[in-house]
Amino acid sequence: MAENKEVLLHVSHLKKYFHVSGGTLKAVDDVSFDIYKGETLGMVGESGCGKTTCGRTCIGLYSRTGGEVLFKGVDPETLKGKERLAYKKAVQMVFQDPCSSLDPRMTVAEIIGEGIDIHHLAKNKKERAEMIYKQLELVGLNREHANRFVHEFSGGQRQRIGIARALAVNPEFIVLDEPISALDVSIQAQVVNLLIELQKKMGLTYLFVAHDLSMVKHISDRVAVLYLGSLVELTTSQELYDHPLHPYTQALMSAIPIPDPEVERKRDQEKIRLEGEVPSPIDPPPGCRFRMRCKYATAQCAAEMPALRDVGDGHWVACHCVK
Amino acid sequence: MEKHFLEVKNLNVSFHTYAGEVKAVRGVSFTLEEGEALAIVGESGCGKSVTAKAVMGLVQRTNGVVKPGSQILYRGENILDYNKKQWQAYKGGECAIIFQDALVSLNPTMRVGKQIMENLMAHKHMNRREARQEAIRMLRVVGIPEPERRVDQYPHEFSGGMRQRVMIAIAFACDPKILICDEPTTALDVTIQGQILDIIKQLQRERNTSVIMITHDLGVVANMAQKIAVMYSGIIVERGSCEDIFYRPRHPYTWALIRSVPRLDLSNKQTLASIPGTPPDLLNPPAGCPFCTRCEHCMNICKEQMPEYTDFGDGHQAACWLHHPMAPKVKMPEKGEVIHG
Repeated sequence: MAENKEVLLHVSHLKKYFHVSGGTLKAVDDVSFDIYKGETLGMVGESGCGKTTCGRTCIGLYSRTGGEVLFKGVDPETLKGKERLAYKKAVQMVFQDPCSSLDPRMTVAEIIGEGIDIHHLAKNKKERAEMIYKQLELVGLNREHANRFVHEFSGGQRQRIGIARALAVNPEFIVLDEPISALDVSIQAQVVNLLIELQKKMGLTYLFVAHDLSMVKHISDRVAVLYLGSLVELTTSQELYDHPLHPYTQALMSAIPIPDPEVERKRDQEKIRLEGEVPSPIDPPPGCRFRMRCKYATAQCAAEMPALRDVGDGHWVACHCVK
Repeated sequence: MEKHFLEVKNLNVSFHTYAGEVKAVRGVSFTLEEGEALAIVGESGCGKSVTAKAVMGLVQRTNGVVKPGSQILYRGENILDYNKKQWQAYKGGECAIIFQDALVSLNPTMRVGKQIMENLMAHKHMNRREARQEAIRMLRVVGIPEPERRVDQYPHEFSGGMRQRVMIAIAFACDPKILICDEPTTALDVTIQGQILDIIKQLQRERNTSVIMITHDLGVVANMAQKIAVMYSGIIVERGSCEDIFYRPRHPYTWALIRSVPRLDLSNKQTLASIPGTPPDLLNPPAGCPFCTRCEHCMNICKEQMPEYTDFGDGHQAACWLHHPMAPKVKMPEKGEVIHG
C-alpha cells in the first residue's frame, strides 16, 4: 500500500544500549522501520520493552549505539549549525507526563513562545503574541490562558499545552510518547480527537508510542509491536487485529479486555494466557527474546534470533514459526 | 425488611482542606450480597476510592469525615458504630483491601512473609511456625514461584505483578468475607493484568468472597462484575446489572463513557465520542445534576435540582431528568446501538 509514499524517517538496525552495573542493558536492539509522510505509526509494547527509548533515539534525544537513522534521507547526527536548527524545527515531541515536562515557573505564553523565539518565527512582539494565541485556540484553549501558569490547568489542558508547544514551530513530524496514558477516559478521547484533527489539518506525521493497544489501533495507520527491545511485528492496524501472526502479538491481543460483557465471556475460553513476566533486558540470552514464554518455541528459536521479514502485503513479522 | 450482606446507605464523606470542605462522596447507597462482585466505575476524582475506603474504615485516618446519617451495615450492624476492638476484627479479618500501588502499600523494610504472617497471627491466632507455613501456602496459591525462598525476600526484590500477587496473598490470608480491589491492575501491563484478574476471580469463586472492584477501565469490569455502579463527582448516577449498564445505559454519562473508549474488535476510524469539558470542582458542587455542564441533553431543571432515581426494574436505576414524564423524549440506546453509534 505504501510503495509510492515518501519515506520521512528511515530507521535501520537501530541499537541503543545502556551500560548499567549488572551488564549491558539492551533497550533497543536491531530495530528497523520506515515512517511515511502523513501517516501515524503506532508503537506498542509492555513497560520496559524499549518503546520510549526507541522513540527518543529515533529523533536524536539519545545518541544511538548503532544503526542508521535518516530523516528525509539525511542523518540528523551529521547536521551542523543552521541545518541542525532546521531539523529541530521539523521534529517535535510530546511527553507522557504533562506535569513534569512543562516548566512550572513559566507562563503558558513563555512555554509556547520559546520555540518561536529560538527559530525566529515572529517578526515582532505583536506577531509573536498572535502566533501564541493561534496555537492556543488550535488546541482548544482560550487566549486568556496565555498568562497563566501550568499548575492552574487540569491534566487534559496541560497535555494540550504540551501539544501547542510542539505545534508552535510548524513541525512535520511529532513523536507522541504516551500522550494520553496519564489522562482520564473521557479526556483521552478529547486529546486523541484533537490529534487526529490536527493531523488532517496540517499534514503531520506521528510516531505514537503507547501501551494501550486499543487506542493505538484507533489512531494509527500501521502498528509496530516491540518486545524486549526488538520489533516482533509491523503491519497495518486492521491487519494486526484481524491476523496477528507473532505469538506475542496474539497473546497481547487476547489479554486486552473488551468493554462488552457478552464478547468478553465468549473470548474467555479461547484467551491465550501468557505465563511469567518479561525477562530482564540486561544481557538477554541469544535467540528469540520471546521463546521463554512462547508455547511454540523450538530449538531453532534458542539458536538464532528470527529476522524481521515481509510475509506479504507489508506485513512484517519476526518469528521462525510463521511460514 | 430483607437483610443485605453489606448495605451502604446515604454515605457522605468530606475532607477539610485549606480551600474549604471537599464533598468527595455525596449520598452514596448500594448493596452487596454474599459472593457477588460489584464494580464501581468512574473517572479520577469521582469519589470511588473514597467510597471503598469508607467501607474499609480508612477514611478517618486521612482527615476525612464520614458525615452523620451515613450508614454502612455489615450483616445488619452499622460498622461506623464499632468500637476499637470490633474494628480490629473487621479490618483484615472480615474485610480486606488491595491497593493500586503495591510498592507503596507494602512495607519496604519487612520481608513479605512477615507481612502475610502479621495478619494471620493477629486474626487467626496462629503461632509463628504455622503462620509461616500458611504464608508459604498463600504465596503458592497466588502463583509465586519458589515460595519457600521468596517468603524471606523484601518487596523491592519483586516485580510489579509479583508485588500485586503478594498483596492478594495478604488480603486473602484471613479468608475475608469482603474484598475491596482499588484499581488493582491499573499500574500493570495488560498481560500481567489478565493474570492478576484471573487469580482474583478464581479465589472469589472458591471462597465465595464478595468483591468490590474499583476501576476506571470498563474492559476490566465486563467479565468480572455482576453489578455495576457508575459514579460521577461523588454521586452514583446509574447502577444496574452488568448487561444493563453496557447494553441499556440510561444515564447520558454512562453512554458517553462507553462510547469514548475505542474497541479493539471494531474497526473505528471515525472520531471517538468525547465528553467536552471536565468534571466539576467538588469544593462547590453544582446544585443540580453534576453532569449538566457536559451533558448534550441538559435542560433548565438539570442545573437547579438533583434528579431522583428512576427505576427500570431488576435494580437498574439512573438519576436523570430525561426519565421524568414531562421531559422531552430522547432516544435511549438499546443493545447493539451504544457502541460507537
